[in-house]
Amino acid sequence: MASPNESTLQVGRRLPDLFRILCWIAGAGVVLVLGWIIVEIAQSAWPAISKFGLEFLSNSAWVPNRERFGVFPFIIGTISSSAIAMLFAFPLGLAIAIFLSEDFLPLPVRQTVRFVVEMLAAIPSVVYGLWGIFVVIPIVKTIGDWTTERFGTVPIFEGPTYGNSLLTASLVLALMILPTLTAISRNALAAVPPALREGAYALGATRWEAILGVILPTAAPGVVAATILALGRAMGETMAVAMLIGNSSRPSWSIFAPSGTLAGLLANQFGEASGLQVNSLMYAALILVVITLGVNLVGEWVLRVTRRRTEGIR
Amino acid sequence: MGAACDTTTHGGYPMNSGTAEPAIGDFLGGIHSKGTGFRSLINRILTVLCVGLSLLTLVPLFSIIFLVVKNGWPLLSWQTFVELPPAAGMVGGGFANAVVGTLVMVGLGLAISAPVGILAAIYINEYAPNARLSHAVRLVAKLLTGIPSIICGVFAFAVIVSTTGTFSAYAGAVALSVLMLPTILLTAEQALLSVQSSFREASYGLGATKFQTITRIVLPDALPAIMTGVMLAVARAAGETAPLIFTALFSQFWAQSLNEPTASLSVLIFNFSTVPFPHQIAMAWTASLVLVAFVTVANVLAQWVFSKKY
Repeated sequence: MASPNESTLQVGRRLPDLFRILCWIAGAGVVLVLGWIIVEIAQSAWPAISKFGLEFLSNSAWVPNRERFGVFPFIIGTISSSAIAMLFAFPLGLAIAIFLSEDFLPLPVRQTVRFVVEMLAAIPSVVYGLWGIFVVIPIVKTIGDWTTERFGTVPIFEGPTYGNSLLTASLVLALMILPTLTAISRNALAAVPPALREGAYALGATRWEAILGVILPTAAPGVVAATILALGRAMGETMAVAMLIGNSSRPSWSIFAPSGTLAGLLANQFGEASGLQVNSLMYAALILVVITLGVNLVGEWVLRVTRRRTEGIR
Repeated sequence: MGAACDTTTHGGYPMNSGTAEPAIGDFLGGIHSKGTGFRSLINRILTVLCVGLSLLTLVPLFSIIFLVVKNGWPLLSWQTFVELPPAAGMVGGGFANAVVGTLVMVGLGLAISAPVGILAAIYINEYAPNARLSHAVRLVAKLLTGIPSIICGVFAFAVIVSTTGTFSAYAGAVALSVLMLPTILLTAEQALLSVQSSFREASYGLGATKFQTITRIVLPDALPAIMTGVMLAVARAAGETAPLIFTALFSQFWAQSLNEPTASLSVLIFNFSTVPFPHQIAMAWTASLVLVAFVTVANVLAQWVFSKKY
């Protein structure tokens, strides 16, 4: 019965199971990587976690040589820089998404704009930083001097103006999250069934009445998801921010004053850190992971709900 | 045309023309007298605004490209690719070790992430599309794309730098592999998904096993699209600084092994852009030019490979 021919065939028939197991291991490995990242960082942060507890979040001092650590200013800096970036990026991203899904200009022009936005995503973060140092910093310095002279009494425009400031970092961040924002919003707009638009036109709506009254409201959850995911990206963006924001832990209301973010803190201090400072940086990294994971989970969830809903319309 | 419209819109109901005519007239009149001018004005303003804002994004990109080329061009020469970086305040030199360092670390990272990513994609698309593990893999891959790149560096620091006690190319490669993994996995899944199921059915019909179907039919057909993902991941990893800055660190010299601090283009840009020496800053621009050129070529190549297939 067991001729040599058949045994090789049997080996061949059994191999796929091995391959399946190999693929399963790879898949399980991917899932484990995320867990491993979190556990490893939490473990390395443990000495700092047990020493500072939750006060780490509300404490403003970061003095390595006195072993006093707190990340409150950096959390505020992370949130405010991403929020200001979103303030600039949202109208632009939405405008581009609408521009790309409408036929205002001929297709080649739209394809060029699309290519440009995709290129924005491809440019390395550190090149944005370099460009920001030589282009955005002088511009912000000029605008800042002009503004603080006239509106210096308003806390957010308080002087003195620095080139390395919250506004500089936010402007460059806005540019960097634009591709994410545009791509996901555009998908949401493209998923709106054409029948809805036709219906609006048939009722006598102008193009923009159709866009604002029917298409955008239908695509709104997708646009919200795009905003959330882009916000997550902005919070984790490191190099350009570290090069432009000034990395200061001194709290200030002014957008023209230096600030700092969690990611920037890690980039600046990890290379030369030792002892408890490493543990504290790990703690800061853990906070960053928790924030960005939370933001991304919410974004993915909104995206999923949206997809289900637009499927219903079809 | 008008008659046809009438019958369809009114669904064949007899219309009393005496009441219908004035109603339509009022409707049209209402638009003309109250709104049309204003409404179409709003319409036009919004269009101009939208197109204007969209074209505005061209400005920063052109500014970046223009400055990178203008400032990077003067130092771009053969010397740049064969000599070591100049010490602080010195002139001359190049960034040969950084180019090699970037290539080695991206290559090593790819060697880790490509097999894992592609095999996992095969599992979630070919073997068990609806298994709980597959859903978990998809979610985790999406979350990994959202994790800040510096966290990959922190992870590699904790796992490798703290245990071996030295900054190394290995640590940099591990950080980059975590960064590349989700891109490769998600694009490979899309690539496998786009293979027509009739191919698989024909293969089974001819008596092939699952393994044979995957390796001989599905993978060859999906290969160009998988390569697209790999190239996008390489382009992204080559430009990343944050995962390398405290894993591979930097070195002014040639690395003798993979277990010592290693230079990379992106970290060189970061280090040189913050020093007060004009020559170093010029070199940072040149390195940016090389990096942007590499990333652009990789992206265009990826698109090209993809479009060739579809």
